[in-house]
Amino acid sequence: MTEGRLRKLILGDAQADRVVPPSGFTAQLTLFVSGAMAFLTVFALALSMASGRLADQWAEELARAATLRINAPAEQRAAQTEAALEILRQTPGVATARALTGEEQAALLAPWFGAGVPVGDLPLPQLIEVTGDEGGYDAQGLRLRLQAEVPGAVLDDHTRWRAPLVDAAQALRRLAWVSILLIGGATAAMITLAANAALAANAQVIEVLRLVGALDSYIAQAFIRRFTLRALTGTAAGMAAGMIGVFLMPEASAEGGFLTGLGFQGWGWLAPLLIPPLGALVAFAATTRAATKRLGELS
Amino acid sequence: MIELENVGYNYGGGELLNAVSVQLAPGSFHFLTGPSGAGKTTLLKLCYGALMPTAGRVRAFNMDVHGLDRDQMAYLRRRVGVVHQDCRFLDHLPVIENIALPLLVSGRELSHEEANLQELLNWVGLSERAHALPPELSGGERQRAALARSVILSPDVIIADEPTGNVDWEMSQRLLQLLVELNRMGKTILVATHDLSLIRAAKNQVQARVLRISNRQLQLAGADL
Repeated sequence: MTEGRLRKLILGDAQADRVVPPSGFTAQLTLFVSGAMAFLTVFALALSMASGRLADQWAEELARAATLRINAPAEQRAAQTEAALEILRQTPGVATARALTGEEQAALLAPWFGAGVPVGDLPLPQLIEVTGDEGGYDAQGLRLRLQAEVPGAVLDDHTRWRAPLVDAAQALRRLAWVSILLIGGATAAMITLAANAALAANAQVIEVLRLVGALDSYIAQAFIRRFTLRALTGTAAGMAAGMIGVFLMPEASAEGGFLTGLGFQGWGWLAPLLIPPLGALVAFAATTRAATKRLGELS
Repeated sequence: MIELENVGYNYGGGELLNAVSVQLAPGSFHFLTGPSGAGKTTLLKLCYGALMPTAGRVRAFNMDVHGLDRDQMAYLRRRVGVVHQDCRFLDHLPVIENIALPLLVSGRELSHEEANLQELLNWVGLSERAHALPPELSGGERQRAALARSVILSPDVIIADEPTGNVDWEMSQRLLQLLVELNRMGKTILVATHDLSLIRAAKNQVQARVLRISNRQLQLAGADL
């Protein structure tokens, strides 16, 4: 498409626009459907971003925290704890390693045993809290080394229950993206149907235009421009409504967990602004295709 | 200008035209006559490319009409002004915009053509009705508007299909007058009509040749008219 044609398409040609009679009802349907689609897209986008954020956050937090448990006879426990702490200090990627004190361990158990039980007298394993730094550490290597030097040590890096959570969050994100693609496809299908209906309804007009020497591209442009502008207006309105809806969601909170985290953060608020231009692009492509096909069939 | 060479047209159910050969020379004035259903409109459509011959060749401006793609066909239509039997207007646009339609679709700047448009409206006597919608016009007004639209791009050839079909004698005289004036300006004219008195009236003013379709063939009619 030449620059001139593109400019004409955007700025329009008021007189050229009038050659196709206005069609109130289809126009409103197109506006409504593209608005509804944009509204849904905003939510799918919010869901995708929130679940993505959640997956990253969980993966990161859990990857960095681990617990080392030392099951050893009482007389060896202190020595093995010391040895394990020494190994952890030498392990690259471990930021801090701290043995929990007797009181801390008792506090952790209090919900189960009650405050009155003298847990200090029980043969409890020693717990060491391990925090990795940004780069993380090699859990497998650490395990092998601990096995050789501190036989009573068991490293629990929470992988067992971390993996399914992260998987679930990522699956949710994929679903959201599939929804966005489906919404885009449905919009294209709807615009194609509407454009075909408009082309069929205006068959007489198209015939007259052809008789007085109009090129197919001129006739197509009148339709393309209309549907592109309608889709742009509809999606802009739908996007605005969707963003207001997301904005009015309660703040993310620890109690609300995942649900209240649904929304945009920071630059994420700019992502929905892409919906109207993309919607217009979809409408443009769909109408161009429909018009080219339809006009080619006419004599 | 336009040349038909052994043209045949078969609409599927049977043959309508057979071995028709005719040449429209620049500046000539032709009448096409014959009984209803003989194929006058079909022959005109063959001339401006709305129909393709099933046999023979149609050449317009030295191009074989058969080989033209859709865009080339659009350019051909800009060089041939056509007055359709049923006028063919866009009913939602006022007369003046319908007349200017060929300018609009060929991308001309309408503001530059304002004076021409007014002059043309005066010439066909529709200045007063410029902003009426086509369905509000009388038969004669519609025909004159269609004629104005057909000449707005200043085509070399003007083809009119029963331009006086729906109008009274006085109005058909007026339309004929306009066509004769166009011919004097050097335009090639082809008019289909079954109105023999119109042809007689024209013969006094212009050297017109009369083509008659009969028995699927095209004949040059004699001086008996």
